[in-house]
Amino acid sequence: MRWTGIVAAAALIPAAVCADEMPVRLKEAPGISIVEGRCGACHSLDYIVMNSRFLDGGNWEAEVTKMIKAYGAPIETEDAKAIVDYLKKNYGE
Amino acid sequence: MITRRGLLEGAAKIALAAGSAAPAAISAKAKELPDFLSPLLPSGTREEAVLDALPGKKPLIKLTYRPPNYETPVFYFRSAITPNDAFFVRYHLAGIEAVDAKTWTLNIGGEGASGRAQLGLADLKKLPAFEVTAVCQCAGNRRGLLHPHVAGVQWSYGAMGCARWKGARLKDVLELAGLRKEAVEIVFEGADGPVLAQTPDFAKSIPVSKALDETTLIAYEMNGEPLPHWNGFPARIVVPGWTATYWVKHVSQITAVTKPFDGYWMKNAYRIPAGRFPVADQFLSQESASNAPITEIVVNSLITSPFDGTRVHRHRKTAIDGIAWDGGSGIRAVEISIDGGKSWKEAKLGDDLGRFAFRPFSFDFVPRKHGRLVVAARATNRSGQTQTQEAIENPAGYNNNVIHTITLDAV
Repeated sequence: MRWTGIVAAAALIPAAVCADEMPVRLKEAPGISIVEGRCGACHSLDYIVMNSRFLDGGNWEAEVTKMIKAYGAPIETEDAKAIVDYLKKNYGE
Repeated sequence: MITRRGLLEGAAKIALAAGSAAPAAISAKAKELPDFLSPLLPSGTREEAVLDALPGKKPLIKLTYRPPNYETPVFYFRSAITPNDAFFVRYHLAGIEAVDAKTWTLNIGGEGASGRAQLGLADLKKLPAFEVTAVCQCAGNRRGLLHPHVAGVQWSYGAMGCARWKGARLKDVLELAGLRKEAVEIVFEGADGPVLAQTPDFAKSIPVSKALDETTLIAYEMNGEPLPHWNGFPARIVVPGWTATYWVKHVSQITAVTKPFDGYWMKNAYRIPAGRFPVADQFLSQESASNAPITEIVVNSLITSPFDGTRVHRHRKTAIDGIAWDGGSGIRAVEISIDGGKSWKEAKLGDDLGRFAFRPFSFDFVPRKHGRLVVAARATNRSGQTQTQEAIENPAGYNNNVIHTITLDAV
């Protein structure tokens, strides 16, 4: 399954050179587990909080589209929609 | 577990260690954390940023953990040379491997070269060594202070630093592989990479003319020490005058190309609208009708002392200190206003460490009246360029050189 592949790739980064990453707690709301899993596979979730609250629904959609189209994040349409909804509601303008 | 309070106490300690009185804004009270960060930053940035130390580094302002994006607190800029352990950290992608100096190799080749070369660190060090003192500044420095905000890493003032870089000239290294006259750009790739294979690896190019510039180096020393891991150990590209996006860290591959490089990080990222900024150094082979790659650092300055909001005393001498820098013309003058920009007086410039370095400035005055003083600094370079009152709009929020303003309270 592709998903496990991503997690495995992330786990390959040698711990010795990784930052001592503190857990970033996002708002508990529908869609959070998809956001944590999909977005968190490649980057820490502070990227989301840092970019709030000034992006509207369209801006968040553009960010998620960029992650899929430009950065190759393997996120299916249904999950992408759930991620945009979560970001818009919880970290939107 | 590290708590915000603990981090804050750390901040107060480093302020003391830096030999300055801990300003109120970084006292050991958790509720005061937001004051340590500019009120201009997005609310989410102010909630999420903490002081945190990467291995081998002092506590810096953590914006993101993975990939690590950490900025230098302003008080470190009270010195014209930024300490290695306080130098900002910026990565695009989180696949950051430790690089072993013994096995690291730098490969040079490409269709724009007649041959190939491979160098180990010892080979690189055998080439004639040169030194340049230069500012390394992220193109997006001060993005977080823009209004309206734009998406990206929400840097305030500290995505920059000035160091003494020592290394081999890039032109000498290119010569080892035999640069052909057909070469148009030189492409750099580092040992770090993406988490997913399908994410575009970070690679950047510069025009051949810039690559042959005598100040363009492959640096293996920073302020007399090996580069910290987080700043590109064992070697990084140094392009004095140009924004840090070209200063590729952990450089492992140098390719001479005969056609403009079309990687994502050139064609899609780090672009500015055509003709909107005063640019001396164009990168013609990468320009399109509507936009161009960002190139040189725009003229800028920063008040480093006192901090914003400091209380000062009437009838007592107050010093306004700071630094100014640009893309290599050098600083001609820094002017200070103590009346919110109505009138300006020239500051005294400090030691000149070279045209690419931070230039210290200082201005003394005696506050006469009670109340709020709005103090601003404005630098002008030797090409006559100066700072802007309002940010020049651009989609990614680059080149923010809006005049830095602080407020003092005269009592």
